[in-house]
Amino acid sequence: MRLDLVPRTRRSPVLDILSPALAFVAAVLIGGIAVAALGVSPGDAFVTYFVTPLSEVWSLQEIALKAAPLALIATGLAFCYRANLWNIGAEGQFVVGGLAGGWVGVATHGMGGFTLWILPAMLIAGTLAGAAYAMIPAVLKVRLGVSEILTSLMLVYVAQLLLDYMVRGPLRDPAGYNFPQSVGFDPAARLPYLMEGETLHAGVVVAFLAVVLATVVLARTLFGFEVRVVGASPRAARFAGFSDARLTLAVFAISGGAAGLAGIVEVAGKIGQLQPEISPGYGFTAIIVAFLGRLSPPGILIAAIVIALTTIGGEGAQIDLKLPLDLTRAFQGLLLGLVLGADVFAGYHVRLVPGGPSGRPVS
Amino acid sequence: MTLDIVQMVLITVLAAATPLILAGIGELVAERSGVLNLGVEGMMIFGAAVSFAVAVQTGSTFLGALGGAAAGLLLAALFGILTVGLAANQVASGLSLTILGLGLSGLVGANYVGMKRDPAPHLSLPGLTDLPGLGRLVFGQDAFVYTAVALVVAVSWFLWRTRAGLTLRAIGDDHVATHALGLKVRKVRFLSVLFGGACAGLGGAYLALAYTPFWSPGMTAGRGWIALALVVFASWRPLRVAAGALLFGGATVLQLHAQAAGLGLPGQLLSALPYLATILALVLLSLGQRHGGSLAPASLGRVFTPSR
Repeated sequence: MRLDLVPRTRRSPVLDILSPALAFVAAVLIGGIAVAALGVSPGDAFVTYFVTPLSEVWSLQEIALKAAPLALIATGLAFCYRANLWNIGAEGQFVVGGLAGGWVGVATHGMGGFTLWILPAMLIAGTLAGAAYAMIPAVLKVRLGVSEILTSLMLVYVAQLLLDYMVRGPLRDPAGYNFPQSVGFDPAARLPYLMEGETLHAGVVVAFLAVVLATVVLARTLFGFEVRVVGASPRAARFAGFSDARLTLAVFAISGGAAGLAGIVEVAGKIGQLQPEISPGYGFTAIIVAFLGRLSPPGILIAAIVIALTTIGGEGAQIDLKLPLDLTRAFQGLLLGLVLGADVFAGYHVRLVPGGPSGRPVS
Repeated sequence: MTLDIVQMVLITVLAAATPLILAGIGELVAERSGVLNLGVEGMMIFGAAVSFAVAVQTGSTFLGALGGAAAGLLLAALFGILTVGLAANQVASGLSLTILGLGLSGLVGANYVGMKRDPAPHLSLPGLTDLPGLGRLVFGQDAFVYTAVALVVAVSWFLWRTRAGLTLRAIGDDHVATHALGLKVRKVRFLSVLFGGACAGLGGAYLALAYTPFWSPGMTAGRGWIALALVVFASWRPLRVAAGALLFGGATVLQLHAQAAGLGLPGQLLSALPYLATILALVLLSLGQRHGGSLAPASLGRVFTPSR
């Protein structure tokens, strides 16, 4: 027996949409088996993971609040990944963005007079800091050919330690009884809530606008075209005279900026102060979201909501069914693997052929 | 007296280097065959969790180590099916493997948090182990350390002194030409990936059974990623992987001592040193290679689909 992959002349548009859905179903089935193995009824678990969170106002808001940073980061990453560049350090860019923006919030604490500029300044500082942090692997890649995969990942640990140091040291609230946290931000340094008495804040709108903007840029601008060409055919891109270096810097700046913006949105929205930890791994989960959404911004929006749903559902399952949170993480990893595996059906005819080894290669 | 202190330091350096050598040497073989598996961290931590669980259940460190290697192998098989069989993107698949491995390790290890076992037994040869200065360093290690050293030698010999090793390297350099020659590209790659997984799992097992020796969630702390960096740093050569791992182990020990001594530097800066050192090492390496071209296997990370 051997597995034959014959490239399709065109990617199948039906399977392009169907394959992630099928992968999702397969992941849910495997997850169900795992849940049964842990001694919980798969039916109950399915309801807790995927139905209960959709049935209450507060949990719907929680889903939106989790989906927003995921969608924002993943949309930025889509630019990178489409161009075959591998920024996997979005978690670090998120943290640095939150730190830089939060710094503005701390520095302006208690300031009177005209304060309308503070929130925009925080958002801009976060975005710029995230972009600047992403420039480190980008410049090393362009100038010295250092693998951006490893440098961007290593910088995640550095960013987390930097935040830890700042919150325990220079930015600690002097009146905070030595707790490792900054002062709480003034109202002028907080993202406004969308509804009175609820948790949903304006960060959700920011993320949605970014997704719309990215859709337009990717589909309708020369830059978006460049990104797509470089990803699909690097040779063609070189013949067209597109500059590798410029594009690398640009997509890293975009993905880092998006992650940084997501960081400060989280800090100025949900958290309201700086803490040693400001991210439950959004930067890594966003990688799953980016691929689950097929690297297209609208797909990413849907994927972010699905992943946020499983995360909130996972928290519910931990409380109601005593299912560990790691199950959710394993499920998400499995889902990404299955999505990548299912993708082959959109690009190739897959055949199981009896008999010996294959002959002439086509690459 | 001072000789014994030097020996103590070298022993701790070697201990810190061993998991990196194990994981790095496995990844080197996979990459030499042309497959970039970014899931080392996931395979390593799953190996750590499974090895500890098996060791507690059976009471045998040896079976624990086997269990750890098998766990890494299992995850690597998934990765191999995805990337070698189904031609999926290697970078993304490797990341999914890391996430999956972290999640699975948490599931497996949940019941074992806070438990402690005796560390893996150390070799004791009457006469030799007691030699002053180097007895314990050379003759008093645990089986993981000797396995790591043996693997470096064996892989080095295999890749450059055997026909199968030449085939493996050739496939990593040009999968189209080697396929045209009738070599079994996908089979060799799949086996190389499996080997890499088993080594990473064994590296994790070392952490849980000998180095710490207990299980705690997230205990690999980025060592899988550092092993990946080491392979690049070593220009895909086994002996240099070992040398790099020792350098790195040395840096880790130095950092621990500096933290204990309290040099007035923030602890976070010292903790960040291994990661900064990795970046610096990669930068220095590429500065040194600017005119030599890339030393990476030419087909590394590229998707291969044979047809007809």
